[in-house]
Amino acid sequence: MSADTDSDPHVPGLEHTTVTGWGRTAPSAARLIRPRTYEEAAAAVRDCGARGGIPRGLGRAYGDAAQNAGGAVLDMTGLDRVHAIDADGGIVLCDAGVSLHRLMEVLLPLGWFVPVSPGTRYVTVGGAIGADIHGKNHHVSGSFSRHVLSLELLTADGEIRTVVPGTPLFDATAGGMGLTGVILTATIRLQPVETSMMSVDTERAADLDDLMARLAATDHRYRYSVAWIDLLARGAATGRAVLTRGDHAPLDALPARARGNPLSFRTSRLPAAPAVLPEGLLSRTTVSLFNELWYRKAPRTRSGRLQRISAFFHPLDGVPHWNRVYGRGGFVQYQFAVGHGQEDALRRVVRRISERRCPSFLAILKRFGESDPGWLSFPVPGWTLALDIPAGLPGLGAFLDELDEEVAAAGGRVYLAKDARLRPELLAAMYPRLDDFRALRAELDPRGVFVSDLARRLHL
Amino acid sequence: MLGGSSEIALATARRLIARRTRTVWLAGRPSPALEEAAGQLRGLGADVHTIAFDALDPTSHEAVLGKVFAEGDIDMVLLAFGLLGDQARDEREPEAAVRVAQTNYTGAVSAGLVCARALQSQGHGSLVVMSSVAGERARRANFIYGSSKAGLDAFAQGLGDALHGTGVHVMVVRPGFVRTRMTAGLPESPLATTPEAVATAVELGLRRRSETVWVPGALRVVMSALRHLPRAAFRRLPI
Repeated sequence: MSADTDSDPHVPGLEHTTVTGWGRTAPSAARLIRPRTYEEAAAAVRDCGARGGIPRGLGRAYGDAAQNAGGAVLDMTGLDRVHAIDADGGIVLCDAGVSLHRLMEVLLPLGWFVPVSPGTRYVTVGGAIGADIHGKNHHVSGSFSRHVLSLELLTADGEIRTVVPGTPLFDATAGGMGLTGVILTATIRLQPVETSMMSVDTERAADLDDLMARLAATDHRYRYSVAWIDLLARGAATGRAVLTRGDHAPLDALPARARGNPLSFRTSRLPAAPAVLPEGLLSRTTVSLFNELWYRKAPRTRSGRLQRISAFFHPLDGVPHWNRVYGRGGFVQYQFAVGHGQEDALRRVVRRISERRCPSFLAILKRFGESDPGWLSFPVPGWTLALDIPAGLPGLGAFLDELDEEVAAAGGRVYLAKDARLRPELLAAMYPRLDDFRALRAELDPRGVFVSDLARRLHL
Repeated sequence: MLGGSSEIALATARRLIARRTRTVWLAGRPSPALEEAAGQLRGLGADVHTIAFDALDPTSHEAVLGKVFAEGDIDMVLLAFGLLGDQARDEREPEAAVRVAQTNYTGAVSAGLVCARALQSQGHGSLVVMSSVAGERARRANFIYGSSKAGLDAFAQGLGDALHGTGVHVMVVRPGFVRTRMTAGLPESPLATTPEAVATAVELGLRRRSETVWVPGALRVVMSALRHLPRAAFRRLPI
């Protein structure tokens, strides 16, 4: 059960639970149903009532994608079986409620890794397909759905359909935010690895132009690439960054003593962030200080450093409930992408954010590869920037609206899995296949059984 | 906005439209003032509808408000209608006093319950209830109005507890003396405030999901002291 739900045991007969996304903004109440079998899932869909239902995984979408005010929310984490692994061919068949963490535990000892990993292992396979997530290897491997060989989808009519890539239903489901139906199982192609360690190169970039030049010039040499960018740096240092790029370490890169057990999956977890933290812990001062230290502690350039998978991909997973550091008010993650050739728009947005002095730590810049087939898939060939901002920041709504305009004017888009606040008018410009998506939904689900707060807000 | 031509309601609407509110329903007795208010809000970029609503006709509330909720989810309902009355006349004419009580209390109970149920079934939203410091402790000068607000305040607090955990948030707002048409010509009390200040406090309270908001904030302390004053002393205060 995700920690972002909060039920009140003192009210008798109360069957509603308050649900939020990872950003902990805009709570809404829904009946939370946790099916343990496919039949229970089908029954839940059949009985979800006038305000419909939406599947939910581990609640890592930041905004309102996996909540459904007044309706049903299907917590899919109860369907969590790994059914079959082809250890020679690198293919796994599992339930949609299986987390990527679980897949890593099971698959790494066999020499396989998930094809795409986002910044947290605590997402489900169903959520990964629904949001069509990307990782540090997007420029090489594309988004998660590109590695899905087939999936089983429970649709509004109660049917279970087998959906394969290249069909309209697949393209609507990949990135479709759970609105085409409930994914029950998926068959996924895996990435072979010799060890569970990463070989990582680190370098610093003095400013945004330097950063983009480095990413454009040498990203193709690395399977994984990402840059942490200091959005509080101003003037000549605007957009200074630390690049970390790497690949799975081959066996011979490990020290002799580690070669005996090269595929062990080790993680470490610190104590969880306390449930109640003071507001304003992340002020401009503390975040500036943090960013300064982070930048200074990074080596100017270092190559071939060995890092665990968890440290390289999921540093924040080390602190359970890290989202609580933003206090009760929660936070907004703003992530947008603009295409190649729109570097000026990216520069303008970065300059505006840095001039606005948003207390944002760990903003991430990444170069995307080719687009993915999903109609509402987020990645476009070009650049993506993601940053966290405390939701209570005065004037934030209007400021982000201005950024939306800038992004839309540049032919870019914001990421629905992160969004909690976009206005519906801009959506069609950002996602040109939106009409196809709506048309398919109208045909497949005429009564609108599948609906979420996100879908209601953006008329998806 | 129930009490759609009330100055506090309109100040709040203006404030929220500036903060990206897209659709506003003004519910009130049909009047040129109501239509003019709607026109002004439209000028700010919102989609504004008016609907005939009479606090004194509780039997109609279900139908009138149900129609609004049927058009789409409502994020916030503001119960802003109210009648100050004329204390001296109301003491002489019990029927006039009853009208104050029925508007401020009975009407709000009816509309509040109808809205609470609709909000509960949509699973989210805030119900903001305009109470008053006058309800905190009855004063000689306006106890008819004060007692109606006292009833409303108690009702709203209880409703807030009843709805806790349903995704619906109830916020009780207790302004002091607000300079509006309703209070025009009356002697101003200390810590007097404006509809705009009330709107600002409402917006902040919505963001924080506050349960009680005093406007201005200092009134919380003042009223806390006044509440504990012995009757004999309170009676003699020049308020």
